[in-house]
Amino acid sequence: MTTRLTTLKPGNSAAITAIHAAEALHHRLNALGLRVGKQIQVMRQASFHGPLHVRVGSTDIIIRRSDAACIELRAA
Amino acid sequence: MSKRIALLGMPNTGKSTLFNRLTGASARVGNWPGVTVDLLSAKILIGGDMVEVVDLPGIYDLHGYSDDEKVVRHFLERQALDLLVVPLNALQLDRQLVLPLQLAQLGLPVLVLVNMMDEAKTLGIRIDTQALAAGLGLPVVAISAKYGLGQAEMQAALKSALQISQGMAAGAATPDAIDASPDAIAARKRLQEDDSLEDKAAALSRSAVDVPMQLPERFSDKLDRVLMHNVFGLPLFFLAMFCVFAGVFWLGTPLQDAMKWLFDLFNAHVLTPVLAGAPELLRGFVVDGLYGGLSTVAAFVPVIVLFFFFMAVVEDSGYLSRAAYLMDALMVRLGLDGRSFVMLLMGFGCNVPAIMGTRVMRSRALRLLSMLVIPFSLCSARLQVFLFIIGALFAPTQAPWVLLSLYLLSFATAFLTALIFRGQKHFRSEEPFVIELPPYRLPTLRQVWMRGWLEVSHFLRRASKIIVSGVVLVWLLTHLPSGVEAASAASYAGMIGHWMQPLLGPLGIDEKLTIALIFGFVAKEVVIGALAVIYSLEGDALAHHIAGSLTLIQAYSFMLFCLIYTPCLSTIATIRSESRSVGFAVLAVAWPLALAWGASFVFYQVASRLLGG
Repeated sequence: MTTRLTTLKPGNSAAITAIHAAEALHHRLNALGLRVGKQIQVMRQASFHGPLHVRVGSTDIIIRRSDAACIELRAA
Repeated sequence: MSKRIALLGMPNTGKSTLFNRLTGASARVGNWPGVTVDLLSAKILIGGDMVEVVDLPGIYDLHGYSDDEKVVRHFLERQALDLLVVPLNALQLDRQLVLPLQLAQLGLPVLVLVNMMDEAKTLGIRIDTQALAAGLGLPVVAISAKYGLGQAEMQAALKSALQISQGMAAGAATPDAIDASPDAIAARKRLQEDDSLEDKAAALSRSAVDVPMQLPERFSDKLDRVLMHNVFGLPLFFLAMFCVFAGVFWLGTPLQDAMKWLFDLFNAHVLTPVLAGAPELLRGFVVDGLYGGLSTVAAFVPVIVLFFFFMAVVEDSGYLSRAAYLMDALMVRLGLDGRSFVMLLMGFGCNVPAIMGTRVMRSRALRLLSMLVIPFSLCSARLQVFLFIIGALFAPTQAPWVLLSLYLLSFATAFLTALIFRGQKHFRSEEPFVIELPPYRLPTLRQVWMRGWLEVSHFLRRASKIIVSGVVLVWLLTHLPSGVEAASAASYAGMIGHWMQPLLGPLGIDEKLTIALIFGFVAKEVVIGALAVIYSLEGDALAHHIAGSLTLIQAYSFMLFCLIYTPCLSTIATIRSESRSVGFAVLAVAWPLALAWGASFVFYQVASRLLGG
């Protein structure tokens, strides 16, 4: 079973199974350490449908929901 | 021949701090062919050689598509270099080793600096620089650019790296630039190559970096729970913005007054006596034209310095990325991001530093759109004009509402402009909104001071010529042909006012007010002064006369026009120098003029029909 980063609840973490993104976004995500196999944790979500604050390794990232939707995770 | 080195690194590796540490206050903006952003460079001595150090924008990798990555590729394609200095964030070596591996693979002369060792030590992260150097095949030095740790080793390593360097030709770092076309096969190949480098980087980081199993919870995490809170985050953001705003302008206004006092003092005791024997017209030209222009420039210096002192704190502390997070839900609908909103708010103090501040946005499209929107912020100079006119014409019970309506219109015109232009090609950002959230850091006094100093010197170098020539031009318009009474109907300004009547008459703006608007083009501060010259009346007498000669509808229409049209010459000069595009500067003047005309026209015509003028 897989799920999307946008549906992961704050505080939970899961492993990235796939990234369905155009090349520019794919590159950026890779460079920031978001790669297949890495554990990603959702720290919080901004109100009014704002961006997500996630953590991968020692890097904290903010990402818009539209961009986060391309990241597929292994469901817990 | 002098040597050249470039700093190349990811965002948030402390690259700018390193640059400042290396070069001191000698940095200046250089012009590089084909590069659309400011690149700082400085000449320093390393081991007896004069070396030019260039600070390149932060990039995630050499194959990326962001504006900054294009700038870096462009630079590397055209400039020969002797050494690439690559700072890495000691806390993120797990994902930062790909870039030096890419460069090592190309056989380029590289010196790797593992930066932020102070933070790594606090977290108990141990780094074996010898193992790193062996794995990368490159020299590695551990430093803290912020606190100057490892500086002697860094200098020694720079010296020896430059000695053994064979140099690298232009384009050596970007061999695949020609096929950097986004065709799918090449793209997949690049991603695969990066993947194999990634495996190598991961193995190297595992063997050379010792990270404690459980990182201690950082102070940042605790602070974020409050500052990024879903309910408290936004109010705290507005409180923080208010404090910065108040700090800049409550401290700045007395300093501006002091600056003006100094310039007046020099004028009264040196300039005027010296020119006492000179012909009237020459004296006026030098004192009111040239010297007036110089003091206009000088008046901006205190606010720019203070603004960037505070900006350095907000930015270097890491709070700006939090602001982006908090405001993004609203700003994304306008085609902007949270950082634009911070600058828009700052524009309510003064547009000039706010426009310079848009440099924190790395996408050019986003920057241009923000620069188009910021001049609608009702700055403190416009506020002076409105307070005078409102005080003269409106009853004390109406006055606050009139002022509030102007503030609301200021936001409305800014948002309207963003909505109209966000879809245009030049203003639509292609960059994904995925940004790093650095931990909170306390900036050093040195960092804050350097920032204020650098920005003011940029402003003086870039904008002062346009501002002085503009002030001189307006002086000439209002004082020629020779012998006319200043700013009277017979002066060139008066004639322009007369010609413009078919255009401005339907807005309720008469010839005399048109002359004031021409002055207002230089700076809104001088509008009231201009009205005093035009009506030959001062203070209360002027207020009384205006109250008698203008209807409320005319006055509001005039204020509406003042609010929306060109904020001031200094803003235009700054937009021109920051965008590096004359075409954009023209748009940034023409669009607000058109909008001002439209808004005043609709208001005046509708209001005078409804209320019987």
